[in-house]
Amino acid sequence: MTDPAVIVQDFRKRYGEVVAADGINFEVQPGEIFGLLGPNGAGKTTTLECLEGIRFPDSGTLRVMGIDPRRDGRRLRDALGVQLQASGLPGDMLVEEAMRFFCAYHGVDPRPDLIERLGLAEKRRSPYRKLSTGQQRRLALALAVVHRPKVVLLDEPTAGLDVATRAELHALASELRGQGAAILLATHDMAEAEKLADRVAILLRGAIVAQGTPRQLTAAGAGWTRVSIRTESEQDLTTVPLPGVERTSRGEGYSVFFSRSPGETVTALLREVERRGDTLIDLRVERPSLEERFLQLTGQPEAA
Amino acid sequence: MNAFSYHFGFEFKTGLRNSNLLLLNYLFPLAFYLFMGAVMTRINPGFGDSMVPAMSIFAILTATILGLPSPLVEDREAGVFRSFKINAVPAVSILLIPALTTIFHGLIAATLIALTAPLLFGGVAPASWPALFGVLLVTAFACGGIGCLIGVVSTNSRATILWSQLIFLPSMLLGGLMVPVSVLPASVRWISALLPSTQAMQAIAGLAYRQPTVIPPGAALAALAGGALLSFGLATYLFNWDSRNASRRGHPALALLAWIPYALTLLLI
Repeated sequence: MTDPAVIVQDFRKRYGEVVAADGINFEVQPGEIFGLLGPNGAGKTTTLECLEGIRFPDSGTLRVMGIDPRRDGRRLRDALGVQLQASGLPGDMLVEEAMRFFCAYHGVDPRPDLIERLGLAEKRRSPYRKLSTGQQRRLALALAVVHRPKVVLLDEPTAGLDVATRAELHALASELRGQGAAILLATHDMAEAEKLADRVAILLRGAIVAQGTPRQLTAAGAGWTRVSIRTESEQDLTTVPLPGVERTSRGEGYSVFFSRSPGETVTALLREVERRGDTLIDLRVERPSLEERFLQLTGQPEAA
Repeated sequence: MNAFSYHFGFEFKTGLRNSNLLLLNYLFPLAFYLFMGAVMTRINPGFGDSMVPAMSIFAILTATILGLPSPLVEDREAGVFRSFKINAVPAVSILLIPALTTIFHGLIAATLIALTAPLLFGGVAPASWPALFGVLLVTAFACGGIGCLIGVVSTNSRATILWSQLIFLPSMLLGGLMVPVSVLPASVRWISALLPSTQAMQAIAGLAYRQPTVIPPGAALAALAGGALLSFGLATYLFNWDSRNASRRGHPALALLAWIPYALTLLLI
């Protein structure tokens, strides 16, 4: 097994009385996308900023490709690509200037292909201050990966992006993973994490409360599956006693069942519809999503 | 093209295409020079005697003391330094390159003034042009260092304006640009000696015009050179990547150490 690209061991950081990180542990392997999920103030950005060398941990061990971010900034810059949540460029810097500027400091040739790929070709001669928020984020991403880093940190990379650009960014992240890069993705977007990440960790008040693959996390949750049914007569079927069902709800003509034995529940439901002489219009069987598991763990109200 | 030269080129272009910087690097000092040349030389013919050094130093002051600090503070507040740091731009480049390009712009404007003032307005030319440009060069570095220090210690844009004006206005009024230091009351001369413009005017008067001075010209030049070294050193030491970063390497009051070389010339007055 190869050495982890990112190591975070017993990482602790406080800002005065506020605990931002309280013993965080995780590793990211080369060729892996690791999602860091959590509500605002959970410690995601602090963790990333300490890995970037922008802030220093109070205690614990942080390594990026074996480099201590506190001690070897020069080597870290070559190994690491970062798209910050809050950053900027000089307002008068043109897009193509930004590309040449950072390539010069990384000692690599400019990559106009990245500008093209991220939909900034027409903005090549535009100053940074005239770019939209989405365009600024795309440029930040292009600059983060321009030197083909071994580790890429993405902090809310798709916030403010349109659907097409979001898809392009996801494709780029997958491509980087395919090339062996380790990607640490901090995001609020559960669907994005579920789609992209090989493993995720859920942070809450500076500590990891769950870690694993998205499938493992959702399976470790309440353990129920949502079965929704709508019939032609839109009868309320939630009053029918069904095997495995823990709770029910009604909405928009659907009877919804939260079941631990979805197979038995569906079979019994279909029998009941037939017995009533009704006609099935729609039947949905949905596994709990990562978002639902996240809401359970963070104690936020779930959607029915 | 290496990173330093690309960065230098970018900052130099920014000094021309950013309207605020263009104003402070060229438009304001040159317009003020033309106004003073056209009006002051008629009201006060004696102004022609000091016009070349005074207006040249004025151009350096506007570029370095008024123009240099604000972009440093604004970029820090906007997270530009964070982007630079994570993309391998060293701290010394972030400070030194804008300072060098600003010094360059200031010297271009100063040279334009020095060369045209004798022709256009009858300003008195120096006895030694190399001495004039030598002192202007050292002055530009001294003022550039102070501009960097202001940019580093200012907590926000409003404070920057305050600190800049705290240096700029006394330099205009007491720094020998409008009134010779020799006619100032003794107590005011002591304050005046703490200003780089005073030291520059004294050094130019002694070395380029061969005139008697209040401060020995060699000492004035040494004070400017020492002030430049100290202020750049302190600015690098006190530099902060991030306005959200609460931990500082040193107290901002350490910036006052840059005035030690100027204060030492008080012993010679």
